[in-house]
Amino acid sequence: MATFGNLSSRLTETFKNLRTKGKLSPADIDGTVREIRRALLDADVSLNVVKAFTGAIRERALGDEVNRALNPAQQVVQIVNEELVAILGGDQRRLQFAKKPPTVIMLAGLQGAGKTTLAGKLAKYLAKDKHTPLLVACDLQRPNAVTQLEVVAKNAGVAVFSPEPGNGVGDPVKVAKASIKYAIDKQHDIVIIDTAGRLGVDAELMKQASDIRKATNPDEVLFVIDAMTGQDAVATALAFQEGVDFTGVVLSKLDGDARGGAALSVVSETKRPILFASTGENLDDFEPFYPDRMASRILDLGDILTLIEQAQEAFDEDEAAKVAQKFATDTFTLEDFLSQMQQLRNMGSIKKMMSMLPGAGAMKAQLDNFDEREIVRTEAIIQSMTIAERRTPKLLNGSRRLRIAKGSGMSVTEVNALVNRFEQAAKMMKTVAKGGVPQIPGMGPIPGAGYGGKGKIAPKKKGSKSGNPAKRAAENAALASGVPLTGPSTGGAGSGFGLGSGAGGATAATGAKAPPTAEELSALQKMLGRG
Amino acid sequence: MAERTPWSLSGALRGLRARKTIDESTWEDLEEALLIADFGPDITEALMDQMRAQVTKYSATDPEDLNRMLREALEERLAKYDTTLKLSDRPAVVLVVGVNGVGKTTTIGKLAKFVATAGRSVVVGAADTFRAAAVDQLATWAERAGVDIVRPQMEGQDPSAVAYQTVEWAIAHGTEIVIIDTAGRLQTKSGLMDELSKIRRVIEKQAPIAEVLLVLDATTGQNGLAQAEAFLEHAGVTGLVLTKLDGSAKGGFVLAVQERTGIPVKLVGNGEGIGDLAGFTPHAFAAALIG
Ligand SMILES: Nc1nc2c(ncn2[C@@H]2O[C@H](COP(=O)(O)OP(=O)(O)OP(=O)(O)O)[C@@H](O)[C@H]2O)c(=O)[nH]1
Ligand SMILES: [Mg+2]
Repeated sequence: MATFGNLSSRLTETFKNLRTKGKLSPADIDGTVREIRRALLDADVSLNVVKAFTGAIRERALGDEVNRALNPAQQVVQIVNEELVAILGGDQRRLQFAKKPPTVIMLAGLQGAGKTTLAGKLAKYLAKDKHTPLLVACDLQRPNAVTQLEVVAKNAGVAVFSPEPGNGVGDPVKVAKASIKYAIDKQHDIVIIDTAGRLGVDAELMKQASDIRKATNPDEVLFVIDAMTGQDAVATALAFQEGVDFTGVVLSKLDGDARGGAALSVVSETKRPILFASTGENLDDFEPFYPDRMASRILDLGDILTLIEQAQEAFDEDEAAKVAQKFATDTFTLEDFLSQMQQLRNMGSIKKMMSMLPGAGAMKAQLDNFDEREIVRTEAIIQSMTIAERRTPKLLNGSRRLRIAKGSGMSVTEVNALVNRFEQAAKMMKTVAKGGVPQIPGMGPIPGAGYGGKGKIAPKKKGSKSGNPAKRAAENAALASGVPLTGPSTGGAGSGFGLGSGAGGATAATGAKAPPTAEELSALQKMLGRG
Repeated sequence: MAERTPWSLSGALRGLRARKTIDESTWEDLEEALLIADFGPDITEALMDQMRAQVTKYSATDPEDLNRMLREALEERLAKYDTTLKLSDRPAVVLVVGVNGVGKTTTIGKLAKFVATAGRSVVVGAADTFRAAAVDQLATWAERAGVDIVRPQMEGQDPSAVAYQTVEWAIAHGTEIVIIDTAGRLQTKSGLMDELSKIRRVIEKQAPIAEVLLVLDATTGQNGLAQAEAFLEHAGVTGLVLTKLDGSAKGGFVLAVQERTGIPVKLVGNGEGIGDLAGFTPHAFAAALIG
């Protein structure tokens, strides 16, 4: 979708200027907040909510927590995410059941929101939990809504109460009232009342909904709203709140590509929690609502991760330039290796954010295998070396290695392994820096990788080996770490996964957007000594 | 919100018009009104720039003038395209498409009635063979409109077969207008979008398609653009129908849709009754919107 690109590129522009070492100036923050505002509006978050939200973000961003942060830009994004999740899920809860059955659940919403289908899904979901729900046909307005509910009930394998034919015939309040008695007689422990769609501005029909509520005294009144709804979401939700006072919200048609900003608007304006998400036309396409997923969807945090990475990139630029210079001139030392490794620490926070992204399963597994303790061990080993040893690893003979092992509490084998990894990396990188292999996009932990793309030190090699940058990157990555190429890429998780260079701290100028492949990630682990 | 609020931006623009002269808060009000109407950030920005330029050019100070300029600007932008429904082929085949619940079937009922009232013979085709009771729903509308219907021959029949049979029926009976209902589908479902292309191809074996109408719900936000683009690609949309304008939503996103795709709004729906359908007139629309 076009808007994805927009958001990404716009925020990238803004973030590019955010120097992470320095403080964020109020102007930096204003620029960022402006783009966040735009992104929220593009996602259909209602204007009032956008105002309040961006106001809160601005306030926090100007505060100490950001300026003390190692990476303020990243911190700002984290704040945005936190605030989104807080609003969306601050008040999450499950369905409320009646102490004395039947539990009555009434559905309400605009025309075409998806109430009838939802009624079936909810019934099926509850029936699976050994409940005996009864569907009640109170939409006597829309042509053949009653028939539709009957078919849905049959498909869900649940009972239906539809004494009136509908199509304008019958009184929905009477039907609703009668259904409770019917449910008690027939021992249904849950009653789900489908009602006609109505507009927030239709006073007469709103009164009817309220009468149905009064007649049945429901335990839950669920307001069903289409995830594609625009700015009208709030007006409508407030009208329903005033008219029938719903207790919870269901977000429908989430299987589309709408950002679903309406969810944020409705929850923050009505203070009613979203209980479920309806995600397809089949009766099983129904799930509890996950605030964190919704947060990343609204602001497209996939893109935002890229931004963090790019902000990170700015941070590491000087460092990377030095490193690349060292590679080229063969003066890369264990000290440099250590400092590169230490930058990997940022991985931890990225890992946390990754876990919020839908469909990031494969990636996440890879990241989970990445153990930060490895960095600590590496650190311990290198720090047990003398300055001379760090700068001239060739000095590391057997007795020195034994001393280092003792000093760091590691075995000699571990020390050897580290030195080997370092030598391998240095050798590989020397080739790279001299232009032997084209840049390696997204290949973080190989220090300086991808720097060649900048053309300062390494002449960019024209006519790369593989025309496909992702493949090329994977091949190079594998090469660098000595891993054989395995399996297909799992990089399909979306454009947002360009976290490779951010993770490692190396600069992959043009490759920043390429998602790290499985190979890259496994190569990463290799480098860290896990392989 | 208990009483019926008028469908208009005039409420949002009231503050703007109440002021004596145009000042910074006038612009804030204007921006707010446009965003609330779902024009979206891009069009809003463009309209704001355009208005600022005009206010400067004509040295306007009266908010009423600004209001008028806005109405004219909107009308002009909306009127760039030909909004007439082209039903001159015989039979004239109209395919109605859109995402779930936007009002396709209802629109067909209204359109059938409208065309029948104009003295044309109409048959509707129930090619939504997927959703529960969709065929019955269309049959009810056909009955209300007093037109013929071709139903699937069995449950869950291939929708293109139903479409084909409807056109075949129309040709055999000399029926002038054919309107085909389709199942609602989200534009992200590629299998279902391909199904639309197939329905098209199958119809075109017998008769050219006069109009492919994409139904858009006025309560939709910026996703309406994505819908229009996808349906244009897969179903060759020739006109838009904007429904549910009787609610509080303004449907401003259609301007972006029109401008992005070049496809005009041809009809508007403003109620659940069989008579609640109107042709799209940019002048009336802009006037109703701005007040
Ligand atoms: N208020 C109002 N309601 C409308 C309008 N058009 C349709 N509706 C209602 O919107 C709901 C859905 O309409 P349908 O015609 O069934 O929509 P559809 O697109 O055929 O739906 P599916 O076939 O399920 O995808 C019904 O309750 C209609 O009565 C309109 O212009 N105004
Ligand atoms: Mg329909």
